[in-house]
Amino acid sequence: MRGKHFLLAAVAVAALVFGAARLVNNGYVFFAGYVVLQYVVLATAWNILGGYTGYVNFGTAGFFALAAYTTVALEKLTPLPLPVVMLAGGLVSGLLGLGMGYLTLRLRGAFFSIATLAMAVVAQTFMVNWSFVGGSSGAFAIRPPRTALFGIDYIQYLFLLMLGLAVLVIVVARLIERSRLGDGFAAIRDDELAAEASGVPTLRLKLLATALSGAFMGMAGAPLPYYVTYLDPPSAFSLAYAANTIAMPLIGGTASWPGPLVGALLIATMQQVATVTISSAVNLLIVGLMLVAFVIAAPYGIIGWFGIGRPDRRRGRKRAVPKLRERDA
Amino acid sequence: MSLLLEVSGLGKRFGGFVALEGVDLSIGAGERVGLIGPNGSGKSTFVNCLCGTLRNETGQVRFDGHVLNRLAAHRRTRLGLARSFQLPRPFPSLTVGENLRIPIEYVVHTRGLGRLDVPARCEELLDMVGLTGRADDLPAGLTQVEMRKLELARAMAAEPKLLIADEAMAGLSHQEVDDILALLLRMNQDGVTIIMIEHIMRAVMQFSQRLVVLVAGRKIADGLPAEVIRNPEVERAYLGE
Repeated sequence: MRGKHFLLAAVAVAALVFGAARLVNNGYVFFAGYVVLQYVVLATAWNILGGYTGYVNFGTAGFFALAAYTTVALEKLTPLPLPVVMLAGGLVSGLLGLGMGYLTLRLRGAFFSIATLAMAVVAQTFMVNWSFVGGSSGAFAIRPPRTALFGIDYIQYLFLLMLGLAVLVIVVARLIERSRLGDGFAAIRDDELAAEASGVPTLRLKLLATALSGAFMGMAGAPLPYYVTYLDPPSAFSLAYAANTIAMPLIGGTASWPGPLVGALLIATMQQVATVTISSAVNLLIVGLMLVAFVIAAPYGIIGWFGIGRPDRRRGRKRAVPKLRERDA
Repeated sequence: MSLLLEVSGLGKRFGGFVALEGVDLSIGAGERVGLIGPNGSGKSTFVNCLCGTLRNETGQVRFDGHVLNRLAAHRRTRLGLARSFQLPRPFPSLTVGENLRIPIEYVVHTRGLGRLDVPARCEELLDMVGLTGRADDLPAGLTQVEMRKLELARAMAAEPKLLIADEAMAGLSHQEVDDILALLLRMNQDGVTIIMIEHIMRAVMQFSQRLVVLVAGRKIADGLPAEVIRNPEVERAYLGE
């Protein structure tokens, strides 16, 4: 499917999802759906760095929360429309990604992962001590009952924005996969030295991946204060964001954009159901159990069952050259 | 013959260990040069310094009129300096065809000379190295000699002016060595300057127009192969006192 057609299909699916949620006419659907969509964005954004280039980022909470605090700061300085605030949050987290990438991308494997985790801890410590955005006691955000733009309930508006962002991040992820950039990312993931020897500017591409991934995580985090209405460092920087965001692509499959989407839809929905039927305390248990099960039973994730992203299933299918031709056409 | 590569006073240390010291080397366009030396003599370090994987601490590398010293490895490849690795390093999750696509996209298409027909070029490269019809296979399905051929095809996909073949024949059978040798000679006939680093002396002698010997990080001989192997210092380095 060509890019334009895919975009139209994604927008049509998003419109259907929003329409169906409106038909149900239950506020909780939007509350729960918002969280599921937020994880679709986070998981897909994580996969741009973690799945495509193989750099495992444990610092999701840092990118996510920094943008949430950007919203708090902007709210105090000069209230702006939420889409603009999301862009600002994305910019701040994207810049953080760029900076973090520059400082840490010479590290590899576990060392890089630990550095990203440390970045989130440093950012949390900074926020705890920054009284302008509430410091350790947190900050309140007043959620208007309705939005002036469409006259719809504000939570529906948040849902709609997150839905739009989910479409955007999926379209971008797919675009990356099918572009020269995606080939460069794959080369970095497979063998950085050989990639560099093949002309791939590895450092520049890794910086691009960290910045893009961070920016999308930030855009997902920016509306958080209006969703929770009270933001404090322990909840904004919760390790659960990092754990969920890593687990979802791994369970869904990291090789292609449907992986994080399926993983996020499955896990986040299960967590939302468990929250109302059992307790939110079992959320991380669900992730842990699923992760163990999938690592053993489906190392290529759910999409691997359908042959997507499985190197062993690609052999002999005689499709690389036709694929090359199709892409170059 | 115009000068393609000019190395002067190249030096590299790892802590207290001197890996390379004051190495000078000039190579003209179209030459076939063999680089030999015992294990630990600094051959791989020399290649890594030329290709930008390691930074030399002293000396200068000039390639095709450009000073390479501070250039990243990918920029050197784009200038026309390609290498194959001692142990083949294919991109394992990509097919053979996709492995070749990377340098075409990141080197050839960045030169601003228009876009190649990528699939046709891949097929041409695979034909050249004898891997016809293997574009859709994964590297894991290739034999050792096929892996070496893929490594050379990927280096050639970058359309280099200078190819450094780092032990491209190690571990291969007699017939396979001949295959790779013929391939390298054909590449040279097509205008690519080649530095061959090798331990298989039969191949080195057959291939090289010039032979350079490194021992303990220093160049001890540089000349016609027949003369160099009779050099007493070279004999001492290989056979002992």
